[in-house]
Amino acid sequence: MGKEINIIHSTAVPLNIENVDTDQIIPARFLKATSREGFGKNLFRDWRFANDDENQPKSDFVLNNPTYSGKILIAAKNFGCGSSREHAAWAIKDAGFDVVVSSFFADIFKNNALNNFLLPVTVSDDFLQKLFAAAEKDPSVVIEVNLQEQSISIAGTSDRENFDINSYKKTCLLNGYDDIDYLISMREEIEAFEKQNVPA
Amino acid sequence: MGKTLFEKIWERHVVKTIDGGPSVLYIDKHFIHEVTSPQAFNGLNKRGIKVFRPQQVVATADHNVPTLNQHLPIQEELSRRQVEALHKNCAEHGIELYGLGHRYQGIVHVIGPELGITQPGMTIVCGDSHTSTHGAFGSIAFGIGTSEVEMVMATQCLMQSMPKLMRINIEGKLKPGVVSKDIVLYILSKITASGATGYAVEFAGSAIRELSMEARMTICNMSIEMGARCGMIAPDVTTINYIKGREFAPKGEEWNEQLKYWKSLFTDSDAVFDKEITLVAEDIEPMITYGTNPGMGIGVSGHVPALNEVEENEKVSFQKSINYMGLQAGAPIKGQKVDYVFIGSCTNSRIEDLRMVASFVKGKQKASDVEVWVVPGSKQVEKQAKEEGIDRVFEEAGFLLRQPGCSACLGMNEDKIPAGKYCISTSNRNFEGRQGPNARTFLASPLTAALAAITGKVGDVREYYHENVEM
Repeated sequence: MGKEINIIHSTAVPLNIENVDTDQIIPARFLKATSREGFGKNLFRDWRFANDDENQPKSDFVLNNPTYSGKILIAAKNFGCGSSREHAAWAIKDAGFDVVVSSFFADIFKNNALNNFLLPVTVSDDFLQKLFAAAEKDPSVVIEVNLQEQSISIAGTSDRENFDINSYKKTCLLNGYDDIDYLISMREEIEAFEKQNVPA
Repeated sequence: MGKTLFEKIWERHVVKTIDGGPSVLYIDKHFIHEVTSPQAFNGLNKRGIKVFRPQQVVATADHNVPTLNQHLPIQEELSRRQVEALHKNCAEHGIELYGLGHRYQGIVHVIGPELGITQPGMTIVCGDSHTSTHGAFGSIAFGIGTSEVEMVMATQCLMQSMPKLMRINIEGKLKPGVVSKDIVLYILSKITASGATGYAVEFAGSAIRELSMEARMTICNMSIEMGARCGMIAPDVTTINYIKGREFAPKGEEWNEQLKYWKSLFTDSDAVFDKEITLVAEDIEPMITYGTNPGMGIGVSGHVPALNEVEENEKVSFQKSINYMGLQAGAPIKGQKVDYVFIGSCTNSRIEDLRMVASFVKGKQKASDVEVWVVPGSKQVEKQAKEEGIDRVFEEAGFLLRQPGCSACLGMNEDKIPAGKYCISTSNRNFEGRQGPNARTFLASPLTAALAAITGKVGDVREYYHENVEM
């Protein structure tokens, strides 16, 4: 199966909370694994369950609301701040999301998301409010994200916005390329650089 | 046009810049720990490749270790397996490991500087957001995710885009009772927890120049809490004196060579920043947070904002935050009861922090209903504290001196704050559940935490500053 992403056509889950830090996305006590798999079940653990008990789901939390589902997570500004744990991106991806939309992402989270083919889409505050309003009003509303065209739109409306993405990263995501493959292919150049610039 | 400190170091480390894309940035030093490295080693093993430059990687176990009885096997199975995986991976890839029991073991951002591994003009990364700490030496130091840890292991390089540049100047003289933690909490309260996202921040100004290296580290440590890609302070005589003679500091001719480079590391007078902020040191009072992100700070003589002081679009998250904390809008913070005091973490667990606490509590007793944990940042700090008799001061005060590790900063290992309890903490994050599910955190300086340990309440250290306290 290819990792590449381009067009995502899906309903969305609106998480209208600002400054969501990676400790909320995946609390530290779930970081003891030595593999990348299986973090989705503890996504937003302490917001989903009371008293750390899976038998006590919090009914007011959107991920526990059965009317919402989909591959797109809509989040309020400064999403993914705090700890650098890549487990946060793994957990979101593992829970079935391919896209996170926000008006503002924390730097490290954004890089981690991109390295896991989880597309962070940065939109204007106004457009973000439109997305929240549309999804909150009708959970079956479909959002379309088109990476090739760098656009995001609300199906059945004229609401559409373009988003920025670094052209190098766009190529990687469209083709399923990893940074690490590129870097390994550069080892000779890196060795030449080391010879000229003795590491500090 | 002149160059900034950041640009001077950055340009020296660019192997190649991709058209319209990021640069391939060479990394001088890579710190690793047990939590964010195993998946990276798995990746290398799957590819059948070894760590490219193992002599530029240093490992320690800190996040997921107990801070009592470290001589015994780790009881919790998953934690034990994670630490064992680090041992196995380091052995297989030829990486120096300062594991539990090693005389150099400790919190990764404490040991790098104290061993002289962290030096000016370097690029430094670690799979931990508080890597920004090392920027206090005038290096570009930032936290990375595990995929990037794997990239650095495989090639000693990363793909990085040039961030925007910001300078934050603190001018003037700090008042008695106000320390570097208060400076950084004050900056955060002014620019918010996302105020520096997308920027590399240089801290400058007369108040910064006056600070010791350890105090500078506290400020750079929390630059990530503003969202900054990294925080840095130009090296000066304080920096050079700190490094000289440390275990892995350059020696002899190499020292002279490096010194020449280090002396070129400053922002030129005509260099331009994308953003510049200047704050006045005399305006800063001892700070404390009341909310659930580090930008939610106030002076200890202040009050939790009243609802009419909060911006309309922030009212919902503000209310959620103070509900979690069990506080009332508009209420004074002074006199607030605390249950736990945590002195530790990569922000404030160095010898100067412990000395500061000891000089305040010497001859006093902790409040009877407060539990106090002091967790030194490293084996070296622990040893020094014992040599100076600080351990006895803590013991007599009823504090528990534990063993080195990240401890109660992050609610990962055994050290957690119970649900609903209030902890005044010298750490860096007051997020919901950070110190344990439903634990409530007040971030503050070691001095303000020490005062709370004695009185059981949030107080103002300035009322005590006439006492013989080292500040």
